[in-house]
Amino acid sequence: MWPRLEARPERSRVMVYLTPLVAAGLTAVAGLILFAALGHDPVRALTIFFISPLTTSFGLTELIVKATPLVLCALGLSVGFRGNVWNIGAEGQLILGAIFAGGVALAVGDAEAPWLLPVMVCAGIVGGMLWAAIPALLRTRFNANEILVSLMLSYVASLLLGYLVHGPWRDPDGFNFPETALFGESALLPALVEGTRLHAGALFALVAVGVVWVLLMHSFIGFQVKVMGMAPRAGGYAGFSQARVVWLGLLCGGALSGLAGMVEVAGPIGQLHPQISPGYGFTAIIVAFLGRLHPLGILVAGLFMALTYLGGDTLQIEMGLPRAMTGVFQGMILFFLLASDVLIHHRIRFGSGPARSRASTRTGGA
Amino acid sequence: MDGLDAIVALLVATIRAATPLALAAVGELVTEKSGVLNLGVEGMMLVGAVAAFATAVATGSLALALLAAIIAGMLVALLFAVMTLSLMSNQVATGLALTIFGIGLSAFVGKDFIGIPIESLESVYVPWLSDLPLVGPVLFSQDPLVYASVALTFAVSWFLYRTRPGLVVRAVGENHSAAHAIGYPVIGIRYLCVLFGGAMSGLAGAYLSLAYTPMWVENMTAGRGWIALALVVFATWKPGRVLLGAYLFGGVTIIQLHAQGLGVEVSSHILSMLPYLATIVVLVLISRDQTKIRLNAPACIGKVFRPDH
Repeated sequence: MWPRLEARPERSRVMVYLTPLVAAGLTAVAGLILFAALGHDPVRALTIFFISPLTTSFGLTELIVKATPLVLCALGLSVGFRGNVWNIGAEGQLILGAIFAGGVALAVGDAEAPWLLPVMVCAGIVGGMLWAAIPALLRTRFNANEILVSLMLSYVASLLLGYLVHGPWRDPDGFNFPETALFGESALLPALVEGTRLHAGALFALVAVGVVWVLLMHSFIGFQVKVMGMAPRAGGYAGFSQARVVWLGLLCGGALSGLAGMVEVAGPIGQLHPQISPGYGFTAIIVAFLGRLHPLGILVAGLFMALTYLGGDTLQIEMGLPRAMTGVFQGMILFFLLASDVLIHHRIRFGSGPARSRASTRTGGA
Repeated sequence: MDGLDAIVALLVATIRAATPLALAAVGELVTEKSGVLNLGVEGMMLVGAVAAFATAVATGSLALALLAAIIAGMLVALLFAVMTLSLMSNQVATGLALTIFGIGLSAFVGKDFIGIPIESLESVYVPWLSDLPLVGPVLFSQDPLVYASVALTFAVSWFLYRTRPGLVVRAVGENHSAAHAIGYPVIGIRYLCVLFGGAMSGLAGAYLSLAYTPMWVENMTAGRGWIALALVVFATWKPGRVLLGAYLFGGVTIIQLHAQGLGVEVSSHILSMLPYLATIVVLVLISRDQTKIRLNAPACIGKVFRPDH
């Protein structure tokens, strides 16, 4: 008999928290099949991908380094997503944050300046917000689709960065490589653990979790965002402004993505070059969904997705598999998550006939 | 090169640049007409591109390569259809997932094909017509997919507006509850339309890896899938205008590529921004007229259909 879906009377709260785990489990199973199909020892490959990065202190610190920009971007995106504002241009906003913060750092150079890092933080946030303000303005003023505009701007941002590091900002002593000079000491985030790349940016991510939590769960504007996301007409009757939700969603995304850009260039990278982000802004979309658009969920999901980056690297080193494995796994996780989300609103029934009569039969038999 | 030759070269290049956009956008148009918004065009194109290229390298047959691209595009579209239509997942999120998955999958499959040369799709010279001055080389000396893109656009236009099944597709997209009440299989029709979109995106990807730049490069679509999505809005969901828009964008791409040759002293990075900026400008110009969008957009686009409600 074919299984069929039956609508639940109300959404299952258990499933809301269970489906991310179901998705991770299904991804692992699919990974086993994929590795076996490619002719590799599936258990070993999966262990290398998901477990071995966690067994060394280097791996653990790297995990946090990679999770930091993911969590920051995803937190920002979640505010928009909750209000049905589809900002998918976090990558571009991250790059603009990096350009603004990097520009400040390069202007100051090697001079001793204790005020430099705070200024760079502000510059990064402003850069990201300015980039996100474009789709917000075009959406609220001209009704232009923010998905397409924010995505197009990601390509433009990437080209802008390419232009700067190939042209005006290129390091004159850099042997013609497309990169800027290294930032001065005062422009670098201090290390949290000496001898590792773990830096103070991770603390920004933790603070951001708290701020977004208060914003979404304990503020009136956060309530408006959620209402406009779930029932825009009800929000309209209550006098909530759609435009305000669009602006808030995009500006939060821009601010935190811009901060993520600043954190990357002032943390692990220390200069500007064309590849400052391996697609963090896009992966953050998955992080936001996997974390159920909840700040704490995003924190956990960010660490998990960071693992897919490390796992891809380890797999390449130990088994010679291409790094693109990371992207395949990330796509699978989101697919499985969205597919298993059907269980939030539905339950699976086997057999035919309306469920109620089946239920009554069962009670009758008991 | 005299003036006429230069113009011919630019026009030929414009049409070639426009073809993948037209193919993908016409496919997406049919999908959207049935009320489904598939944001995974970019991912489907990449999967089509790598499938076509790998098949071409393995078999040497370009016909098989095109077939492989169509099938690959339909397979990933089927994944999207199962998720959004049967499992009722959010179409925007699932489309994004499809693009992320397509980028990863194509990069993974394509790893072994980087740097391998293949023979590109050959031009077909229409007898007699290709000897005409100007229009001959521009319109009648192109490769088969260019002709196919034009033919398919008109076929889709005819299908949607002149046939009964086309009317049903539009009805499903405008009001799925009414279509369901009359007895049309809403989900089944949407499945077919999503699959058609996948096939066309696959073909568009194949055009890139077999004809436009006959090689495989990671992420070689470079946002064309997203531009195709914007083209559908630009065309206010009308097939003929999709073709027009595609040629417009093809022109922008070519101007950007040839600007430096024409003596424009601007960095190539800045010039490369043109197609993306043009997309934004065009979106704004079209979308500012809200009535026009509301009248032309399929009313049920992006909405989940639950037959039991």
